[in-house]
Order: sequence, then C-alpha cells, then structure tokens
Amino acid sequence: MSGDHHHHDDHDHDHHHHGSVTHSHLPSDPALRVKAMETLLTQKGLVDPAALDALIDAYKNRIGPQNGAKVVARAWSDPAFRTALMADATKAIDAMGFTGLQGEHMVAVENTDETHNVVVCTLCSCYPWSVLGIPPVWYKSEAYRSRVVIDPRGVLREFGVDIPETKQVKVWDSTAEIRYLVIPQRPQGAEGFSEEQLAALVTRDSMVGTGLAKQPGA
Amino acid sequence: MNSIHDMGGMHGFGPIPIEENEPVFHHDWEAQAMALRMVMGAWGKWNLDAGRHANERLSPQQYLTLSYYERWITSLADLTVEAGLLSVEEIDAGTPRGKHDLGRNPINAEGVLNLLRKGRPAARPVNEPPRFAIGDNVRAINFNPEGHTRLPRYARGHKGKIILHHGGHLFPDTHAHFQGECPQHLYTVEFAARDLWGPQANERDVVTIDLWESYLEPA
Repeated sequence: MSGDHHHHDDHDHDHHHHGSVTHSHLPSDPALRVKAMETLLTQKGLVDPAALDALIDAYKNRIGPQNGAKVVARAWSDPAFRTALMADATKAIDAMGFTGLQGEHMVAVENTDETHNVVVCTLCSCYPWSVLGIPPVWYKSEAYRSRVVIDPRGVLREFGVDIPETKQVKVWDSTAEIRYLVIPQRPQGAEGFSEEQLAALVTRDSMVGTGLAKQPGA
Repeated sequence: MNSIHDMGGMHGFGPIPIEENEPVFHHDWEAQAMALRMVMGAWGKWNLDAGRHANERLSPQQYLTLSYYERWITSLADLTVEAGLLSVEEIDAGTPRGKHDLGRNPINAEGVLNLLRKGRPAARPVNEPPRFAIGDNVRAINFNPEGHTRLPRYARGHKGKIILHHGGHLFPDTHAHFQGECPQHLYTVEFAARDLWGPQANERDVVTIDLWESYLEPA
C-alpha cells in the first residue's frame, strides 16, 4: 500500500495527509525499518546511541510494575499513606521516588466491595509508565481499547475476573495526562504480612483493573 | 479527527490478546523504536500531542496493519521529515547528507535519565475561574474537528457529571498543531454506561473520561 502520493507537496502540519509521508520509503520489515532510521539518525548526529541504551535499560530493569506494587503494598499497610495517596497520588508516589515520565499527574482509584475500577486509553495507549513500566500488548491492542468501554464485564471475564451484576464497574478512559493507578482490594489471609510480602501479591493487571491481587499461598 | 485511532465502542476486533509472562519487549527492534522515538522527541521539534497526532495521521489501513512500535517508527519518520531534520531523499538513500546543523548535541544518557525522573508535566496555570464544579451536570459537545482532539466520538453529545477537577492543563487540540498550549481547566466526567451504550449496559456501570472545559457545556 502506498501512502506517498502527497509527500512532495505537503509537509505542513495541516489535515490534508492521507497517511504517512514516509511509509513507502522505508523497508517493510519492521526490524530493517527501525535499523534504517537508527542508522540515518545516528549518522546525522541526531541520536546518541548511549542515550538509547540508557532508556532501554531503565524500562527493562528499573521502571516496571514492581514500583506500583510497592505503592499498593504501602497503601494496604499504612493508613496515613493510604489517605495521602487517595488525596494526592502524585505527591504520595513522588515521596516513594516513582514519579516520572508518563506519571506526572497521578490519581489512585480504589477497588471496594461496591466498585471495581479498570483503566484504558481508547484513543492511543496512555498508561502510567513511571509506576507500571511499558504497557503490555493487550493494553495497546485494538480489542482492549475498543471493547472495554462498551463491554467491560465481558473483557474482564476474558482475564478470568467475574464481577457480580450487583457490583459497579467503573472504566477510566485516560484521554488527558492524568494517569490512573488501581489499588486492588487487599486479599484475605495476608494479615501480618510485611510490605515486601504484600507487594509480591500485587500483579500488574491488578493495578490496571483487569486482575485481582493474588491470594497468599496461591 | 474521526479516524481509526478513536476506537472506543467499536466491535469486531476479537478476543483480548492476553499473554502470560509477557516480556517487556518481544524484539530488540521494538525497544530501539521506543528509544529512538523518545530521544528524537527531546529535540523539542514536536511535542507529545503532535507525536500522538502523527500516529493518528497514518491512514486507517496503515494504522491497523502496523503493530504498536511499527506505528511509532513510521510516524517518527514522518515527524522527522516534517520538522526538516531528515529528507525523504535521505531516507530513500539510506545515508544522510552530512550532519545536522542544530548547533547542539543530542540528548545523552544522563539527559535521558533526568527526563525519565522529571517527566513533562502538562499542568499549567489558568487565569479564568473554573466554569464547572464537582457534581455539576454537563454535556459533551458534538463536534467533528479534522485536527487532533481528545474528545472521543463515543462521548460526543452525551450527558455526564463532573467528578474531579484537575486544574489547568495544556490543550492538546491546539498544542498538537503548534498553535500554543492554550491551557484550560481539565475535569474527569462520569457518564452512565446506559447513556452511552443503551439498555445492554449494566445499570450500575459508568465510564469516566478526562475532558477539557471547552469540550463541555452545562446540562
């Protein structure tokens, strides 16, 4: 498919494009496409390869759902922190050192016996990167983005989460720079657990709302 | 713009592609695409909203054919050409004509880590008092701009209720087109699922959407 028939006349930021101006000028194989851009940009002096390595290392090894799990575990075990988190999640999370890119404005939403929260970005794939890391494929998929707003209960069943008819489901569509962190319900049987033990029960999906926290010993 | 990216409420995309123990990246090129997009954004030649709009400007056929990171690298090439940082001829040739003339060095590893820590807050002061208060009933306007907007089609014309007020945030509809930050009050609006989708929805369920003041009118 060609999208290049306008490339010679239309480099403004107006609305007249019918698709990508560069699509047909790049290799179709994605690995080659990325390599072509990387080579060009590096040779042009526009990219420092060490900066790429630093970014990839950060998201592979440091910034991930283990950060969000620590926030949830503290909310479960420290009532003062929970109050602060619900009042101003950005500030409370910043105090734990997890504020950052795609987590500049945080809101925590708490699951209760009455309400189950689930987060989506129907327009792109906004996700709280600073506390959960890179979003999984399903979060970015057309299926999730299109369906969870119109059929949240059906989508949750595919994740193995069955919400009773009498409980409210609240879907948060992240259309702005507010990033939502779901605080799952604390499982029974985890009394006396340390924050570290509690954090091990907090899954990525439970903080998006497509899962529940793990049961101790499960 | 009313394109395929605005897919909330569509049918036909099938089951959710859930993968147990999913890796952070499935291929090295995905990580490279993510990183290239982010370090190139650091030149400040485009902003987050313009970057999102570049993805939306892929044709619907391209959008649905390309995977997430393929969209990123393709729209990165578009943004780079539009910003004058690369030419289509250089892309065709596979080699640049000399170095850039921006007069500074690209972001380095330390700069990247600093960006990850500090982020890019979107909150901005707004002089006007908020038009709406928490608890107010509002209606999302009906409009169909050809440019970037963050008011999804599925909410347009529907009644909801303000549940959060976030203060002033820069306005994507102008920001994406390099027409200024034009900050406005930002609210979270709760819509009854039945109002959006009809009687098939559970009567208790709600959908919340973050909406700027000019997207809303009193109801």
